[in-house]
Amino acid sequence: MKKSVLLGLVFLLLMGGTAMAEMKTLRLALASDPETLDIQQQLSGNMLEFSHWVFDPLVRYAQDMSFEPRLAHKWEQVDPQTMRFHLVKGVKFHSGNPFTAKDVVFTVNRMKQSVDFKGLFEAFETPVIVDDYTVDIKTNKPYSLVLNMATYIFPLDSVFYTGTDDKGQPKDAVVKAGYSFANETLPSGTGPYRCTFREHGVRMELERNADYWDKKSPGNIGKVILTPIKEEATRVAALLSGDVDFIYPVPPQDFERIGKEPKVNLVTYTGGRIITVQMNQNRLEAFKDKRVRQAINLATNNVAIADKIMKGTATPAGQLSPKGYAGYNEALAPQYDLAKARALMKEAGYENGFEASMIAPNNRYVNDEKISEAFVAMMSKINIKVNLKTMPKAQYWDEYDKQVADFQMVGWHADTEDSGNFYEFLAMCPNKETGYGQYNSGNYCNPEVDRLTLACQTETDLAKRTAMLQQVEKILYDDAFCVYFHWQNHSYAAAKGLDVLPIVNVMNFPYIGDLVWK
Amino acid sequence: MFAFIIRRIVQALMVMVVIALIGFSVQHSIGDPVRDMVGERVSQAEREVIRERLGLNDPALLQFSRFCWKALHGDLGVSYFHKRPAMEVILSKAPATLELVLGSTAIILLFCFPVGIYTAIRPRAWFSRFVMAVSTVGVAVPVFLTAIALIYLFGVELRWLPTYGRGQTVNIGGWDTGLLTADGLLHLILPSIALSSIMLPLYIRLIRSEMMEVLETEYIKFAWAKGLSRWRVWLLHAFKNTLLPVITVFGVEIGILFAFTLLTETVFQWQGMGFMFLEAVERSDTSLLVAYLVVVGVMFVVINTIVDICYGFINPMVRIAGNP
Repeated sequence: MKKSVLLGLVFLLLMGGTAMAEMKTLRLALASDPETLDIQQQLSGNMLEFSHWVFDPLVRYAQDMSFEPRLAHKWEQVDPQTMRFHLVKGVKFHSGNPFTAKDVVFTVNRMKQSVDFKGLFEAFETPVIVDDYTVDIKTNKPYSLVLNMATYIFPLDSVFYTGTDDKGQPKDAVVKAGYSFANETLPSGTGPYRCTFREHGVRMELERNADYWDKKSPGNIGKVILTPIKEEATRVAALLSGDVDFIYPVPPQDFERIGKEPKVNLVTYTGGRIITVQMNQNRLEAFKDKRVRQAINLATNNVAIADKIMKGTATPAGQLSPKGYAGYNEALAPQYDLAKARALMKEAGYENGFEASMIAPNNRYVNDEKISEAFVAMMSKINIKVNLKTMPKAQYWDEYDKQVADFQMVGWHADTEDSGNFYEFLAMCPNKETGYGQYNSGNYCNPEVDRLTLACQTETDLAKRTAMLQQVEKILYDDAFCVYFHWQNHSYAAAKGLDVLPIVNVMNFPYIGDLVWK
Repeated sequence: MFAFIIRRIVQALMVMVVIALIGFSVQHSIGDPVRDMVGERVSQAEREVIRERLGLNDPALLQFSRFCWKALHGDLGVSYFHKRPAMEVILSKAPATLELVLGSTAIILLFCFPVGIYTAIRPRAWFSRFVMAVSTVGVAVPVFLTAIALIYLFGVELRWLPTYGRGQTVNIGGWDTGLLTADGLLHLILPSIALSSIMLPLYIRLIRSEMMEVLETEYIKFAWAKGLSRWRVWLLHAFKNTLLPVITVFGVEIGILFAFTLLTETVFQWQGMGFMFLEAVERSDTSLLVAYLVVVGVMFVVINTIVDICYGFINPMVRIAGNP
């Protein structure tokens, strides 16, 4: 009797031992942690990353930007305004509730209530349930980006988030500042990890979902402990000392140091955020002249900036759309020609240059302050004296909105992963009513750009649409509507043995659910 | 003494009102908290709606009186970023900062007296010269540089000590302490050394110069002439009289120590009030900022009051002068 108990114990220990050996704990350090636990309350990089850990979208982007089935295993266009999604069967939320089409309807409707998401989902109607595992996503006009938007649909557990909480408030409320059930409660999703602990700004713990529906997911990390480490040098030191296993972003100045370290790996991957400087034509007469804008672009050596300041962690740009986007136009390369720039300035009558003011943030984009300083130096070569003022992002955006300077820096990542989004926000004529051109502080306005961009929204013939997007890119390039710098790359550093490359992507949401520790 | 304390409390309240007023008048230049709460594509009009709901569009005076009224009832507002009452946030971060200050105060107290006294009585010894040279460097090098150097030396190269955070903590009656676990204590070492690197050299120099001055005075010469033992002369006669200015400075400097926790905590990802404050500035979490200023104001007033009272006990002249 005793013997069998002992044997049983040994067996259990062995089992436990092997299970432990397979499922390792990953200590992850990021610059900041998710702002809230309600994935539909705030639209930010942090929140979307978190969504991929604890929830699953209907579809997601693969590394090559194609769509990968997730909770929807199949989809088809029923009519120009309807896309039918077939959902995976037998999926359970962390709470144990089964996942069905009604959760998709609940989620889309809730997103339409959320300030941050309602802009993205403007074209969407309430989805129609066909049966428990089939749902029709409908739009109010023919819409070309339904699949792009489906990457944002992370179905919530509608049973879990319905009803009233013990404070008497509705559980589905989306609250920006202050208490709400969804903000404070550990979420119930379908994802590879369930969130088991969270102290905001201090630590978050995620445990592998033992019943995860996607049996093909190779991920073998049993537990993730996320600690935000804001200070760059400390984050790198924590990795080098072995206190954490995986960090991102990695500051460019530490690339060399990490590259030399035998115990860690550095991985960089193309990102989609374009960094530009806008030239406000309403403030400065000279900027109305296309030749001046072209000269400024020609005098900006963005290859050198990407090389020397960004240390190769950026790809110099001659257009808004990064490679892989429909609008990316192969022909539009970054340009630098000082002699031609001077000639154009002379032709435009500004041989002696002029004075201009400039504002830029100093903690929003990678090396934003250094880039602006380099830009100021480059402008002096064509006699433009730039008075630069940099400030923290907390103050920057108000100043940006007020258009207090002639040159203003802005970076943009298309949250639809589509070129059209760049044009809508950065290049279309600013219009308070429609909201187009909201981040076009250059006040560049070209009716042809507006017409083509709007036409692209409803054009469902992909080949035609791609041609139109590339045409817009060409117009913007020829008009030199802004100064193009580069696309920021993403950088990750991890202990050897962590297979990071397969899980990273353009959006900077590493799919940690699929991370393998060899 | 009673009147003295009452006077102090009245003073403290006035200080707090002034601090809150300053906090309110600067908050508009810190930035718009709504910007940090919403995604980039949210329109101006929608941001306006949120501002309206948070009461950020009301006249400053109305906002201020509303704040004061609530503050009198113990409510310092809700942090926009943490989405919890500001007071709760500050209290949850306070133990970390207090323990850090405690740790570095312990280091300062442990070293400043013996080293200060030694360098005063043996000014020409090689150790004294070495301490003086190092202390100059210590004062001159900024805290964050010391901190990063410590991290790289002891964390990355030698791997003796952890590089960031507080480690394992235990919760005792709402106080989250790292002082009771071995892991927590290990995590405390580097930040404490970094923080004390500013004050320790200062104190050593202060004690040294004060004591050297005292050693030159007539009554010390008289003590030597009486043939007292040297330890008695040094410790009882000379050192005791050195203490008075040191305590005064200590009271003021402990406030500065709190100010330096801002940098130390940021570098070490130490989840205290200093870290919270810097993050609040970055996110323009104005309601938390104002609450923090008020709480720190209270703390300073309390510390200074305690120092004043202590001072009265050590030096009766102060007490008598204070009550004519």
